[in-house]
Amino acid sequence: MHRRLPPRDGEWIDRSQPVEFRFEGRIYRGFFGDVLSSALWACDVRLLGRSFKYHRPRGIYSLAGHDANVIVEDSHRTNIRGDTLAIHAGLDVHSVNTIGGLEKDRLGITEKFSAFLPVGFYYKAFHTPRRLFAFCENQMRKVAGLGKINTRNDRPRSPKDYAFCDLLVVGAGPAGLSAAVAAGEQGLDVLVVDEQPRPGGSLTWQWARDARAGQHMSRLLDRIAALEKVQLRCGTLAAGCYADQWIALVDSERLTKLRAKSMVFATGTIEQPAIFQNNDLPGIMSGSAAQRLIHLFAVKPFDRAVVLVSNSDGYRVALDLNEAGVAVAAVVDLRAAGELTQLGQDVEQAGIAVYRGCCIYEAAPAQREKRVRGTDICPLDNAGHSRIEARTHIQCDGVAISVGWAPNSPLVSQSGGRFRYSDRTEQFVPYTLPDGVFVAGRANGVYDLDRQIDDGHRCGLAAAVHLGQFAGEIPKPHERSIAMSHPYPIIAHPGRKNFVDFDEDLHLTDIENSHQEGYDNIELLKRFSTFGMGPSQGKLSNVNSVRILANLNNASINETGTTTARPFYQPVSIGHLAGRRFHPQRHTPMDRWHRDSRAAMVHAGAWQRPDHYEVKGRSRGQCILDEAVNVRNNVGVIDVSTLGKLWVSGRDAVSFLERIYTGRFTKQPVGRLRYGIACDETGIIIEDGILGRIAEDRFYVTATSSGVAAFYREMQRFALIWGMDVVLTNATGHVAAMNIAGPASRETLQKLTDVDLSADAFPYLGLTNGTVADAPATLIRVGFVGELGYEIHVPVSFALHVWKSLFCAGETHSIRPFGVEAQRLLRLEKGHLIVSHDTDALTNPFEADVAWTIGRNKSFFVGSRSLDIQRKKPVARRLVGLTFARDTVDTMPEECNLIIADDEIVGRITSIAPRTTLGYPVAMAFVRPDLANVGTNLKIRLETGSLTTATVAKMPFYDPENTRQKAAE
Amino acid sequence: MKIINCPINGPRPAQEFHFGGEVRTMPDPNEVTDEEWADYVFNRSGEPGVKNEWWYHIPSGTWFVAERNNCTDEFLRTYLYASETVDA
Repeated sequence: MHRRLPPRDGEWIDRSQPVEFRFEGRIYRGFFGDVLSSALWACDVRLLGRSFKYHRPRGIYSLAGHDANVIVEDSHRTNIRGDTLAIHAGLDVHSVNTIGGLEKDRLGITEKFSAFLPVGFYYKAFHTPRRLFAFCENQMRKVAGLGKINTRNDRPRSPKDYAFCDLLVVGAGPAGLSAAVAAGEQGLDVLVVDEQPRPGGSLTWQWARDARAGQHMSRLLDRIAALEKVQLRCGTLAAGCYADQWIALVDSERLTKLRAKSMVFATGTIEQPAIFQNNDLPGIMSGSAAQRLIHLFAVKPFDRAVVLVSNSDGYRVALDLNEAGVAVAAVVDLRAAGELTQLGQDVEQAGIAVYRGCCIYEAAPAQREKRVRGTDICPLDNAGHSRIEARTHIQCDGVAISVGWAPNSPLVSQSGGRFRYSDRTEQFVPYTLPDGVFVAGRANGVYDLDRQIDDGHRCGLAAAVHLGQFAGEIPKPHERSIAMSHPYPIIAHPGRKNFVDFDEDLHLTDIENSHQEGYDNIELLKRFSTFGMGPSQGKLSNVNSVRILANLNNASINETGTTTARPFYQPVSIGHLAGRRFHPQRHTPMDRWHRDSRAAMVHAGAWQRPDHYEVKGRSRGQCILDEAVNVRNNVGVIDVSTLGKLWVSGRDAVSFLERIYTGRFTKQPVGRLRYGIACDETGIIIEDGILGRIAEDRFYVTATSSGVAAFYREMQRFALIWGMDVVLTNATGHVAAMNIAGPASRETLQKLTDVDLSADAFPYLGLTNGTVADAPATLIRVGFVGELGYEIHVPVSFALHVWKSLFCAGETHSIRPFGVEAQRLLRLEKGHLIVSHDTDALTNPFEADVAWTIGRNKSFFVGSRSLDIQRKKPVARRLVGLTFARDTVDTMPEECNLIIADDEIVGRITSIAPRTTLGYPVAMAFVRPDLANVGTNLKIRLETGSLTTATVAKMPFYDPENTRQKAAE
Repeated sequence: MKIINCPINGPRPAQEFHFGGEVRTMPDPNEVTDEEWADYVFNRSGEPGVKNEWWYHIPSGTWFVAERNNCTDEFLRTYLYASETVDA
């Protein structure tokens, strides 16, 4: 740890707690409070990572997690950023993305091929010859990407919680703390978060040598401690901002979903790189990183430094370095005028040489580009070009750069704020902000320490005003500072190592070439060149890329625009995003019984239903057919609790239903059922069901299981629009239903009910109330499956009891349950369509052959006007029945297979049953009207491509006279 | 997540709501031509701006009208359909 400085005020390390850890297999020592990067740098380790593409050696750049130079993994985590990883005993990490270790990374060879890896390489390469693509892709995948996931990990817990506050302050620097105090003093419930482990922000490093910093910090933190409703959470990242101020907060343990009533973003600025040859060598870092090393971790960044500046912050860096014992060989100021404040004189008094109007043309590498050994500096001409002929070499082992800042704006943008480039400050500043959102401090272009405090105070009060908790006057904002950023800190060089984007190893020429290829729009340029698309999301490359593009386009920065910074602002462990997704499932009261009876369950919308009941030694198809045959010959029961069930009552019930459905119900007697079809306004069939009249002004209506929620919703809306006296109740969840069907159904059910089931007393399409197995029940006599049958509707609490009672009563009649598939088969044999299965989003009643449901002389129902128009037109297709020869069972089409005539598609299968109780396969299909005549032979294309034949047949296939379902005895 | 103010239940997360399209008045089916009717059933205005929209609070089954700027996704106000005349 020979780079460690003597103890200093405010340092984050605890020298009483040495920590031993491993990096790349070697043991190092640091202190509690160190991050990986600082601890290694203190041990004079400068090679901390390799770049993504060319595997160039990289060291500390921002020391704030704004770059992606130092990325490591241990046995259970990957892609951990060294700048934020606190070291602890037992830590054992390796650099990601190397072959053979960091020192001798064999992938360093890729840089040798850089000439063959032009910008847009991945878009252009390997497309021909096509057959090699898979091989090439595989090879590329091996070298692309960062860390590897250990799939044998234990599952870490990733708890989530929810929080609320009046004001969220992001950033616990001077402006943020000041805002929190101002708002807290007005009684607001304030939460302050900062991604750093300790509060203070720039007070702790940038202003560390300024006497005011310590005073401000202790005053603000004392105030916050005294304010009960102000809470400070450090080590907490505000990772993303979503609609209506819904913020994701991430700390080491959990993800907090926070709802804030107002927000102050005091997120500060991100120091931007200068672009010159070899600007990525280990030892070249931002001035702020050098200050963080000195003040937070007490590490001497270099022995001999060159400081590249274009603002007063850079002069502070030079003074800080000087004070830390670094020999500052030169301050190179891009500005011809140099620094006009006292700081300029302080630097010269410290004996530091200042080169005004000069730039670094290139940095000289040493030890295979793992270190810097010097810089070549040269003057700039009036146009900002380097005058190479006048260059001089200055020896150094480190370069600190302070040439400009970009507001840390992603969260502000995500909240709806917009930034504009200000020529006065040469940076983006907030332009419009949504109500309740405020930006304070450096992010707002305010650089002077006292003014940052004022700006925070102003925003805190503004938030209080926004929430109606402060009626006083808000101080006016200070005028923004003068330019702290250089408008074009970019130096061309033929060597192509002047990097614009460190994540993606893009140099200046790459951006220029992309522009040359026509990508002259910032969004296109980003995607083609991939600048800003690495793990640091362009924190260090966006602004410079915009400057370069603006320059190439000869346009202003505002004309050029910026790209969108989407959540998350910093990488977030995927474990925080993982978690339970809630998929509600609905179970009928008989669910347990089904499962105990070996039912194979299927999803039917939110419901779980028995597909069929498994029998040992029988295939699924056999089981389904067995169940169906038992309905035809004996008696079966199916759980139809999933049916939509609605009560429609009120003075206008009849007229309401006549407006909803196509049919007429005025003359429907009490105690009788009618089939109904409902259309939407375009005349498309959306629902069908049975309407039973319970009383003059009361109907019991069934609807499809999957459609009832939407149908009920639409009914409610129409009732509202039409202003009708009608009460709608969705009883789907609290009424269960079962259908008992088959020749022995009457005899079975009669044993359990007080209702006289004889044909005269309870005819086909009758409805009555009574008891079944002593439970109150509504009985309706329907024939969906084509046999004598009854639907029993009972409150869910009685359902299982009634269901079991049916099995006792039917034992002597060989009663068996049947599942959804058997029911589908039986109804298909009977020619009953299923809405949204046999109909689609364009099916009208004429095509589906249910125009008979349309009431005569009705003045209006939903869809009537559209059907009037369609009635005049020839139908485009018809729903018909198809039969197949008996021996085709093994080569049957499937649903949605196409019907072909003269090489054209003329229809498709909507439902099909290879095995039926009829002995031959049947199907329903849409076909062109000229092919819909009974007896027409059709060709159907199978999955295999071969064709099979079917014949159009009259429906129903089974019992066309309806003698069975109307059975008198 | 977005918050929507149900006139009956107050501010609730957007997940609890169903969007029901713009509030539009059905023309008199007996008065319009086939073309005018087709225009009503098939065409929607995609123009950005402040619209009156149907929204449905699913758990309570409440239809209401929201005045929303569909360009900025701001809900300006919400109210029950019957309580005020809606400009469609």
